[in-house]
Amino acid sequence: METTSTAIAGSTHATPGFWRQYVFSTDHKTIAKQYLGISAFMALVGGLLSYLIRSQLAWPEKPVAGWGFVGPDSYNAFVTMHGTIMVFFVAMPLLLGAMGNFLIPLMVGAGDMAFPRLNRLSVWTLFVASLVLLSSFFVSGGASPAGWTGYVPLSDVPKYTGAYWGINLWLIALALEFASFLMGGVNFLTTAINMRAPGMTFWRLPLIIWMQVTASVIFLLSVGPLIGGAIMLFLDRTLHTGFFVPGKGGDPLLWEHLFWFFGHPEVYVVALPGFGAMLEIFSVFSREPIFGYRTIVYSTIAAGVLSFVVWAHHMFVSGMDPRLAAPFSVTTILISVPFAIIVFAMIATLWGGSISFEVPMLFALGGLATFIVGGVTGIFLGSEAADIYFHGTYFVVAHFHYTLFPTVIFGGFAAIYYWYPKMFGRMMNDALGKVHFWLTMIFFNAVFIPLFLLGIGGAPRRVYTFEAYNFLRPLQPLNVIATYAAVALLLAQLPFLVNFVWSLARGKAAGRNPWRANTLEWTTDSPPPHGNFTTQPIVYRDPYEYSVPGETHDWLPQNQAEPPAVAVAAD
Amino acid sequence: MLSWLPHNVSTFGGSVDSTISLIYYIVGAWFLAAEGLLVFFALRYRRKRGRSAFYKRGETARQAAWILIPAAVVLCLDLGIDASGASTWHLVKETLPANAVQVQVTAERFAWKFTYPGPDGKFGTPDDVTLINELHVPAGRPVELILRSKDVIHSLFIPNFRFRQDVVPGRTIDAWFESRTPGTYELGCSELCGDAHFDMRGTVMVQDSKDYAAWLHKTWPSAAAGSGKVSAQANKG
Amino acid sequence: MSSTATVLTRNAPHSEGIRSIPIGKIGIWWLLASEIMVFGGLITSYVLLRISHGGWAEQAAHVRWQLGTLNTAVLLTSSLTMALALSASRQDRRRRTATFLLLTVLLGVAFLGIKAFEYTGELREGFTPASGLFWSFYYGMTGLHALHVTAGIVVNLTFFVMAVRGDLWDGKQARLEYAGLYWHFVDVVWIFLFPLLYLS
Repeated sequence: METTSTAIAGSTHATPGFWRQYVFSTDHKTIAKQYLGISAFMALVGGLLSYLIRSQLAWPEKPVAGWGFVGPDSYNAFVTMHGTIMVFFVAMPLLLGAMGNFLIPLMVGAGDMAFPRLNRLSVWTLFVASLVLLSSFFVSGGASPAGWTGYVPLSDVPKYTGAYWGINLWLIALALEFASFLMGGVNFLTTAINMRAPGMTFWRLPLIIWMQVTASVIFLLSVGPLIGGAIMLFLDRTLHTGFFVPGKGGDPLLWEHLFWFFGHPEVYVVALPGFGAMLEIFSVFSREPIFGYRTIVYSTIAAGVLSFVVWAHHMFVSGMDPRLAAPFSVTTILISVPFAIIVFAMIATLWGGSISFEVPMLFALGGLATFIVGGVTGIFLGSEAADIYFHGTYFVVAHFHYTLFPTVIFGGFAAIYYWYPKMFGRMMNDALGKVHFWLTMIFFNAVFIPLFLLGIGGAPRRVYTFEAYNFLRPLQPLNVIATYAAVALLLAQLPFLVNFVWSLARGKAAGRNPWRANTLEWTTDSPPPHGNFTTQPIVYRDPYEYSVPGETHDWLPQNQAEPPAVAVAAD
Repeated sequence: MLSWLPHNVSTFGGSVDSTISLIYYIVGAWFLAAEGLLVFFALRYRRKRGRSAFYKRGETARQAAWILIPAAVVLCLDLGIDASGASTWHLVKETLPANAVQVQVTAERFAWKFTYPGPDGKFGTPDDVTLINELHVPAGRPVELILRSKDVIHSLFIPNFRFRQDVVPGRTIDAWFESRTPGTYELGCSELCGDAHFDMRGTVMVQDSKDYAAWLHKTWPSAAAGSGKVSAQANKG
Repeated sequence: MSSTATVLTRNAPHSEGIRSIPIGKIGIWWLLASEIMVFGGLITSYVLLRISHGGWAEQAAHVRWQLGTLNTAVLLTSSLTMALALSASRQDRRRRTATFLLLTVLLGVAFLGIKAFEYTGELREGFTPASGLFWSFYYGMTGLHALHVTAGIVVNLTFFVMAVRGDLWDGKQARLEYAGLYWHFVDVVWIFLFPLLYLS
């Protein structure tokens, strides 16, 4: 960390004290690391919960090794908290909080975010939100057992769950989380619009920036109604209003509409930055320009717009007017087109390339390969007819894990392995990384392919034990396989943790541009000094100019002037 | 993969299954093509000494066609899936056959209550009979379920019938199915409704006309004199 | 964005940094967009439920539309004084700016006072947030709006103090515009709430 002393000395800032430097810093890079830390810790909690859930399902009502007996009420709480934590406290902090904060200023050539103090406030709000959420485990009645979707009136009337403060704290934690990412989002948008280096036109922005900004705007426009809904739910629970209570004139389906109006776009909020990371990596490691840069940008925006008119596909069998099903089915299945274009463009980027399989590339390829499964299985759920059968089964569980795991976990790991040298100035170990990748790839599939089969077999989700149903007993071996694989998947993350910590101290020094990449973050020191760039970078070219015919090198950094007179900032 | 589906015994289940298999074969082909191409490119274009990458930005119309034409094909297939789904949906959720046997279904944590109108064919009269977690229906006759919930949202799920309908407090929702295959099938709740959600289940008994008549007889012995009347009333529904 | 992009493509690489939109303006519009979605969600829910369920009109008959009308006038006037403060600040008329800011603050406080008087009367008559869905929405939406008014008062008061102490000048007047945008937004929300809650 201190290897950049020359750069720090060069800046006008006095060296701040420990608290200012690491805890209450306004530096986007430090804030990114704080997001990464929150995300990693919450991922451990979410992972532990998945272990408890899977153990109960494989060996019902037997004490879980290292934990003890899991009752139906705690089972439901674990399922609820696993979902809430993974979506809101792992995926968003990792992909938007850590990656967005770290990359946006560096990639657009800015010294920091547009609102650095707001940025600090947003990460601390998330920290408080995490504490509030975790504290709900310890209140009387336990954490919320009402599902991450918090369907009413189950989550509304305390007598149905016995969790009074558990659900109140869950709502407060979500409200704080939303506030945190709204504050983060305004920084993303403003920085990407206003803080771009000279020459960094919109069409020269790296795709991950487009994706981050689109994701933030989608979040901004979708979360409002759910905040309204959360206020109503909170008033129902505390002041005994009846917004969602049928006996008082309220309507339970209103919550479903408000939740899914946000809930479906939220999937793309999380997925798009993951795609962005994969795209950057595909380009660098196949030494190819991204195939159809503008097509991808247009597709991303189209997907973002479409994401606002698909929500009711979560509600085909909810009891809403059945005439709404067909139009929502059409929009839902239509959204496969922009995503198909993005996926085809990723594959086409590899075509004719010179592909090397370093760890970030393995994770990006693995992410794409598994996301395709998630994408195609989504068609079953988007079709109103097939959804009659698949709705609420393990098919849904397997499907959304096949969309979120590739984008969040594979995409996230790809991003960490790829930008770790820039973040910490050192390379991660390649061999450990490859072990980590292959184990993760194998065991991820080994967990969720059985869950697809369970879902096709008709197993409903959020069920404490499948022994309750006779027709599911023959499928129980699938549960056992999935559980062994889940334990292995969790253990497979150990090489990563070891690698991460070990490389901080012992990793090979990275140099400025270890991957020979074009985007601006690779033109400054690793890690970048406070203020990022010692001189204002000026951008002359598109971000993915690899293997340009007639050039001596197969990469052309964005800040390299034409004609190439300036020395390339290589390692 | 589709062989894992529970065998279908309802009249509309075949339509649901045919939509499912239509999607299965379409997306299956795309899945194989995309993964195949991905693996092929990864192997074919792996880094080799003396061969450099071929510069292409995919922005000329000729190049972009490589991704836009497949996307157009995706769009057409999407519309095909939409058409199949819409007609199945219309059959299952937007039509209510005449001449159906009516049963009121009341979901209450954590049981299903099935109420029959009895010989007078009217609900809310003393001859109503309510069974808990047990639904008797005649084979070969449509059954109309009138679904209500007393507390939270539940969802009635009968895998072998491809039947699923959420049951929402404050609403009355009509649904139907018809089975021609006598037998005993499981039903359950597929919307989280509390700590014993997993145990909220029951059975459907699809009975041929003889068994169903016998069951009617046993259930309303007072109407024994006119057992024909019972079934006639049930017929009228 | 694409139209902006084409313009920017023409920028020479050596042009100064691209700062076409002031940072604060993006910030305030972001805030307002999220607020519009929050209130939009609540208002849509109110309208949908009211259309599909009967019996609201009797509950709604108990609100005092006279006080609501008065409050509408108060809030509209405060928007006017805010606009006057802003235009005064642009002409660098400092005293006038401070005066109109103070008036805006006082009108905001008056709005809250009248609202509090209404609440007390209604609660005394036994209409609580739990008295029916109309009342739930009434208290929920006007309460959330009142919180926004309070926040606006704090902001405007801060600007008033800044104006008096002479901290608002030297190019910082632009910030007053953002406070003005927020205050007008709070006013517009009321313009939606007033007919929905008092006049229907």
